[in-house]
Amino acid sequence: MAVPVESTLPSTATDAVQTVEMPRVARRGGSIAFISGIVFLVVAIAIPLLFKNFLVFQFTQMLVYAIAILGLNLLTGINGQFSLGHSAFYALGAYTAAILMDQFSVSYVWTLPAAGVICFVAGFLFGLPALRLEGIYLALATFALAIATPQILKLSPLEHWTGGVQGIVIIKPDAPPGIPLNQDQWLYYFTLAVGLLLYILARNLVKSRSGRALMAIRDNPIAARSMGVNLALYKSLAFGTSALYTGIAGALGAIIVQFVAPDSFTLVLSIAFLVGLVVGGVGWLPGAIFGGAFVLFVPNIAEGVSKGLSGAVYGVILILLIYLMPTGAAGFVRSVLSRIERARS
Amino acid sequence: MELLGQQILAGIATGAIYACMALAVVMIYQAIDHLNFAQGEMAMFSTFIAFQLMLWGLPYWVAFPVTLVVSFIGGVLIDRVVFKPIHDAPILSHVVVFIALLAILNSTAGFIWDFTVKAFPSPFGSAPLFGSSLISAHQAGMIGVTLLLLILLFVFFRYTRIGLSMRAAAANPVSARLVGVRVGWMNALGWGMAAAIGAIAGILIAPVVFLEPNMMISILLYGFAGAVLGGLTSPAGAVLGGFLVGIVENLAGTFIPVIGGELKLPIALMLIVAVLVFKPSGLMGRTVVQRV
Repeated sequence: MAVPVESTLPSTATDAVQTVEMPRVARRGGSIAFISGIVFLVVAIAIPLLFKNFLVFQFTQMLVYAIAILGLNLLTGINGQFSLGHSAFYALGAYTAAILMDQFSVSYVWTLPAAGVICFVAGFLFGLPALRLEGIYLALATFALAIATPQILKLSPLEHWTGGVQGIVIIKPDAPPGIPLNQDQWLYYFTLAVGLLLYILARNLVKSRSGRALMAIRDNPIAARSMGVNLALYKSLAFGTSALYTGIAGALGAIIVQFVAPDSFTLVLSIAFLVGLVVGGVGWLPGAIFGGAFVLFVPNIAEGVSKGLSGAVYGVILILLIYLMPTGAAGFVRSVLSRIERARS
Repeated sequence: MELLGQQILAGIATGAIYACMALAVVMIYQAIDHLNFAQGEMAMFSTFIAFQLMLWGLPYWVAFPVTLVVSFIGGVLIDRVVFKPIHDAPILSHVVVFIALLAILNSTAGFIWDFTVKAFPSPFGSAPLFGSSLISAHQAGMIGVTLLLLILLFVFFRYTRIGLSMRAAAANPVSARLVGVRVGWMNALGWGMAAAIGAIAGILIAPVVFLEPNMMISILLYGFAGAVLGGLTSPAGAVLGGFLVGIVENLAGTFIPVIGGELKLPIALMLIVAVLVFKPSGLMGRTVVQRV
């Protein structure tokens, strides 16, 4: 019996083939990517100067979601593992930041690496048993994790740290002295810088030897193993790295919202990340920003249409995407790019 | 010692809920080889349909079978409309669609019937059974119905032609198709049956936990735990697993001081992870060997 090869996506393998066949097109595609990157940067830097504080706060939130979705994409899109439990790592990161700031008066900047390290370890440890769980079982275990998270955060022995149901209130940091920005603007730029750094790291990771190993595991685990890839190690590392990203996003989220409470980290949050992943395009890293924008703004629009129907709107959009455009924004951008190419030649 | 006995009995009573749910989960798993994350919300929605029918003045014993039929049709429709087109799609697509269904059903139910908690009648009455305070008539009825369902399912799968076809379609779709089994419709039938079993579970559970759109999410988790513990390939194992989860939950809540509390979800999480790590096939399941 043949082993079912699950290619979630137009995988990067085919891209590589195209690059070999048509270097000219690939180079031009690269220049388009470069230009759009510059445009994105200019727009992103201009945003706080153009909009009111609340909108700036929303854009910051969007970047935070984008970082979390980027983390999920590393796991699902690049390594082919599932997680419905990333709300748990987001919560862990958020609580790490909040507790460090609240109890130990650590500066908000240093809570990010701390949250990253703690989430990496937690993710790695969760990934260890998870590597025995394939596909649906992993989805199940992480689903359980997502549902149990709010209750774990409410457990009474942890109350001294977590504040129980009440949660923790933290103080919004000011811009460093000498920089003429208000708090919202400063946090926006701070989040943007962190996000860009994490994005570049993720891109380099995917392009590296380790990244190729991760994708090989996604495309065909048995072949990957026979080529000498240590499945156990790489799958756990992928889980840990993904949790690291999501944890840092959680820490940033706690800092900008100034508040953490158990009930903000339910399954709904995990679903939002998953939606963002599919919308942005599974396996396409820049898609995270589209996903982040989607999960932040679409529920608001849906709430505007009818109170409480945002879940249904989410669901319908998800199903439509899976049918009509399973590659999400990635597929859309690709088709636009190829049309441009055709118009030129 | 008496406390232990009482807690075990109470555990069996709550376990009946989980057993019902686990049974529905395993039914779908058998039919389509996927875990249905929307199972709980489907059961919740069916229960709301029963609630609405009774609100319109239908007596309980009319509303009950009507709900089962509606749920069965709903299950078949979900399979034919939503899942058939993506039959060959990778697992990620399936999981995403399950999650989408979960969100749609939950928020639609909240939209139609709002999120206030509603009481739901019990056919067995809530009086204590035989005057003992350990187990109510409703809980006893629930255990009875679960066991009856299990027996019916066993007979169906073991002794009827269509049950055999369903098993064949699930075990080896290609060969089943070659000998004339209509695999697609067998899947749809599995969905319909799972929806109907879910409806029974929902209707039995609602008098205990009350009716509201979020009533099922934690019960689904326990149902999953029961199904995984018993083995995803075995309906009898699922029922056994459900009862065991109920007992473990009650004992842990009583004897481990830290846990206490209303719902002990972290226990379900630990159970699931532990079973998947140490004995992925569960207590009564088959080990599935993949040929390379």
